[in-house]
Amino acid sequence: MSPHHKFSHKTKNLWAGVLFGLGFVAFIDETIFHQLLHWHKFYDRSTTSVGLISDGLFHAFSWFATVGALYLVADLMRRHAFWHKMFWGGKLLGGGGFQLYDGIIQHKLMRIHQIRYNVDILPYDLIWNITAAIMIIAGLLLIRSARKDSIRISGGETFAS
Amino acid sequence: MHHEHAFLPPALQMLIVFFATLGTAGYLLLMLRTNKVQRLKQWPAWRFILWLSGSSMAVAVFAGPLADAAHLDFRFHMAGHLLLGMLAPLLMALSAPVTLLLRALPVPAARQVTKMLRHPVARFYRNPITASVLNIGGLWLLYATPLFQLMHHHLWLYLLIHIHVFAAGYLFTISMIYIDPAPHPSSHLFQTVIFIFALAAHGILSKYIYANPLPGFPADEVREGAMLMYYGGDLVDLVIIILLFSSWYRATAPRHSYQKIETS
Repeated sequence: MSPHHKFSHKTKNLWAGVLFGLGFVAFIDETIFHQLLHWHKFYDRSTTSVGLISDGLFHAFSWFATVGALYLVADLMRRHAFWHKMFWGGKLLGGGGFQLYDGIIQHKLMRIHQIRYNVDILPYDLIWNITAAIMIIAGLLLIRSARKDSIRISGGETFAS
Repeated sequence: MHHEHAFLPPALQMLIVFFATLGTAGYLLLMLRTNKVQRLKQWPAWRFILWLSGSSMAVAVFAGPLADAAHLDFRFHMAGHLLLGMLAPLLMALSAPVTLLLRALPVPAARQVTKMLRHPVARFYRNPITASVLNIGGLWLLYATPLFQLMHHHLWLYLLIHIHVFAAGYLFTISMIYIDPAPHPSSHLFQTVIFIFALAAHGILSKYIYANPLPGFPADEVREGAMLMYYGGDLVDLVIIILLFSSWYRATAPRHSYQKIETS
């Protein structure tokens, strides 16, 4: 297959990555921090009502994002247009973006729950949010590099996907 | 609510079992009869298994050991609701009862049925928004208002609510995945957006119940029931989400793939 094929599906590759990243981080959050470590609480009394709504919406959205992203990948595969670099860029951006939202807005502002209880929370919060920031930066760099590839190889031509 | 015996009188339980058996016998009869018709394809037996398991689960909520336990223990009450409002409707929708009925009926009668399906009222109820409001809105009414207490004091209310939970669950399922004929289908994007809000409202209600335990049951039991609602709901809805997206995947197949499917 010509490499040009994937370049015409730039947006779809990017979105597949962003959605999968978001869903993946939400999945890790649920499996590791809620179920295995039991650090996160199912419900924290200090949760604001807007926090409850935000948590509910993001939880629901993450299910759809995970399944939807995998179907997008399958769709790109059958069109021979899957673009690893763009997908990974989107994945890191989406994952980091959600983790930062979770770490700053949901944990701190809406107080839906803390990362862990009965410990000094600061190092946990720092690691959580710095990891998120690194993921976002790495994601953006990858996306930029993928864009450059497409310009170098195909002269930046894009076709309607 | 702590009762010494089951809430539904035995006669009523028998009646529900009778209707469910009648439905299952009817399904089996239609399947066997239409399988004899030469020009029709064989109706897959697994669809009958889906119908049978779905209706058995729904019946188990009204009669039998689960129904008895549900009156004493909130966790069993919630397990029953997951079966009645989510899993049973999903399994029964997947058994494609309307398709089976249409292929068994003589043409004029089948036309009447499709005419009914096309009716604006049917269209209104099948809209994902209507179905979601009836389904999840109904649950909010049940658990966030005194309706839950009232239900345990009035038999007719108990029956009405349980029938509503099942019917609304079925309506919600068929508004999101089209197994049976679906005139005026909604777009996948519209279904997805509404579904996200419905699933969110279900999750938020679970946490609301967790935070505000219902009177009449021990708080710990209610909290466990609320978590069961949250995760159980996620699991059943995951199946519907996968089916919804796989329908999108088939609908957007590039042309050459279509040809492959048609010739195989």
